[in-house]
Amino acid sequence: MISYSTTEARLYASIALIRRTEEVIAEIYPSDKIKSPVHLAIGQEYIAAAVIDHLKESDYVSGTYRGHGVYLAKGGNLNAMMAELYGKAGGCAKGRAGSMHLVESSKGVIGMSAVVGTGIPVAVGHALAIKQRNRDDVVVVFMGDGATEEGCFSESVNFAALHKLPILFVVENNRLAIHEPLNKRWAADALTERVSTYGIPSKRFIEPDTLAIHRYAGDAIEKLREGSGPVFMECHTHRWFEHVGPNQDYNQGYRSESESEEWRAKDAYRVLGNSISAEEKAGIDAMIEADLKAALEYAESSPFPSSEELFDHVYA
Amino acid sequence: MYTPDTSRLLKYFEGLCEGAEQAMESDDRVFMMGLDIDDHRAIQGSTKGLLQKFGSERVFTTPLSEDAMTGVAIGAAMAGQRPIHVHIRMDFLMLCMNQLVNIAAKSHYMYGGSVQVPLVVRTMIGKSWGQGAQHSQGLHSMFAHVPGIKVVAPSNAYDAKGLTIQAVRDNNPVLIMEHRLLYATEAYVPAHPFTVEFGEARILREGEDVTIVGVSNMVMESMRAAELLAELGIDCEVIDPITISPLDFAAIEASVNRTGRLLVVDNGWLNCGFSAEVLARVAESDQITRKVNMKRIGFAATTCPTTPSLEDAFYPNPRTIAMLVYHMVTGKQDWEPSLESCQLAYQAQFKGPF
Repeated sequence: MISYSTTEARLYASIALIRRTEEVIAEIYPSDKIKSPVHLAIGQEYIAAAVIDHLKESDYVSGTYRGHGVYLAKGGNLNAMMAELYGKAGGCAKGRAGSMHLVESSKGVIGMSAVVGTGIPVAVGHALAIKQRNRDDVVVVFMGDGATEEGCFSESVNFAALHKLPILFVVENNRLAIHEPLNKRWAADALTERVSTYGIPSKRFIEPDTLAIHRYAGDAIEKLREGSGPVFMECHTHRWFEHVGPNQDYNQGYRSESESEEWRAKDAYRVLGNSISAEEKAGIDAMIEADLKAALEYAESSPFPSSEELFDHVYA
Repeated sequence: MYTPDTSRLLKYFEGLCEGAEQAMESDDRVFMMGLDIDDHRAIQGSTKGLLQKFGSERVFTTPLSEDAMTGVAIGAAMAGQRPIHVHIRMDFLMLCMNQLVNIAAKSHYMYGGSVQVPLVVRTMIGKSWGQGAQHSQGLHSMFAHVPGIKVVAPSNAYDAKGLTIQAVRDNNPVLIMEHRLLYATEAYVPAHPFTVEFGEARILREGEDVTIVGVSNMVMESMRAAELLAELGIDCEVIDPITISPLDFAAIEASVNRTGRLLVVDNGWLNCGFSAEVLARVAESDQITRKVNMKRIGFAATTCPTTPSLEDAFYPNPRTIAMLVYHMVTGKQDWEPSLESCQLAYQAQFKGPF
């Protein structure tokens, strides 16, 4: 276990690992070595990093098809993730999942889903199991703003509130569903207020303030462990890249570059990096680059599954 | 041939209930959830007494949120619990389709064998007294289409109990398709816990002239048709597949190779359904060396109507089954059984409303 001198340093390490991993994915992508659609969360990493920092190994996280960050922040194996993207046998799902369905049960990473919103009730089910078994674990479920439009979101919040389940709902509100802006999808930009009517604490973060999110999530998770029922967080954020793929797409006309500049000026990766000592930062960065190099080597050298394996795992 | 323990008669709904009760007794990870399972009607008695015995932590109702509740059951199953999710009508499974097809069926495969979903979904088909378009559908073929999910269809109280226990023990999602009209039917059922294995059909009646494969309550209808045909000297073999997926095709194949005739009587529509699957496998079989005369009968290719005059024409019944078999065997259409002889006690018992 690596120890860091400050919370800021620990959070920087988590954010930087996700940022650099996704930058490398974007670099490699045109080579076609990655056999999977990739949904990059560059610019949004600080939310997963800040919240998951409070979790222990037996706690669960649920991410989405944009889930590299959730997987890595919870301790998912970088080698296994990269091999999975390459479609290799050494992948976290032996090449059956690709980027969209990352999983690492031993680290509490619930399998991710590409059908928007479907992971939410599944995460609530994990919280139900925790309560039924009298465990002191918690679940954090991450989702985008689009997922909150699915019926199962409201159904899930209601059920979790009704049964006082130990689950933290975290919306990464990048205000885009593929290319569709929020104002074409929501009658009222009042998600946090809507959720509060289920009788659970609900909090909105407009700014990418990693430490404020970290503090609130820490308190919330502590209360979850005491059995006081679910908590909801909405974090406004900005997706730097296209919905799917390795490119930036501000030239496509559906959103403005000026909006991006505002968010990039507050980039948590840079802000936190600047807040820690240059020496510690250099050490963190060097370790990440070494880990990434090793992960790419692992992915390259891992074999593809043999075709005889096609029928493995249909049934347990 | 199956030889029953004749010590105790149990009704179908009692078999379902006893199966769940014994599964819950033997494993504290098993719990049951579903709208109305804990009310005074107890899903027509099939969950009766479970709340009192196991408490509201393990037996509880749900909000009317079939989509999310299915996801919750799946999530609990992934986390090590063994949920039984109950629906009073199969039609509501359309609201669960996303979770069942996209998550439950796929998780073990999609996550490289690292995640299991030991989920049981109990669901009931309705029939007659105006159940109509949305309380009558047999949707087993839709689910059996998807790899990763198992579909079973008990036709009697013995299988209702044994399949329930087996479904709970299975590490995959299992859908139990029950039939409302079978709820009051009785069979000999052992008191001790036992399982009915998946993928093992049962030959309910041996015969040489024709193979009839019936699904769910159509097993009863087919057995009555076989009795009527026996009076004419036509010898029917009646097979209850018991489980739709996995399917014991070998049993059907061997029978058809002997009789040379096959009628599939489905409790659902024909188009792209179970009956089409069985006929296709017979057509493809390398084991069947003779030419086979194949027919199928099931729901009319319409929405289910409520009025009895139309509803009677919508379903197969002993009369239509027997007449079709008679034609297959003799090539003639000069016989009709009397309406009285085609009455089935279980059909006559049900007076609605639900």
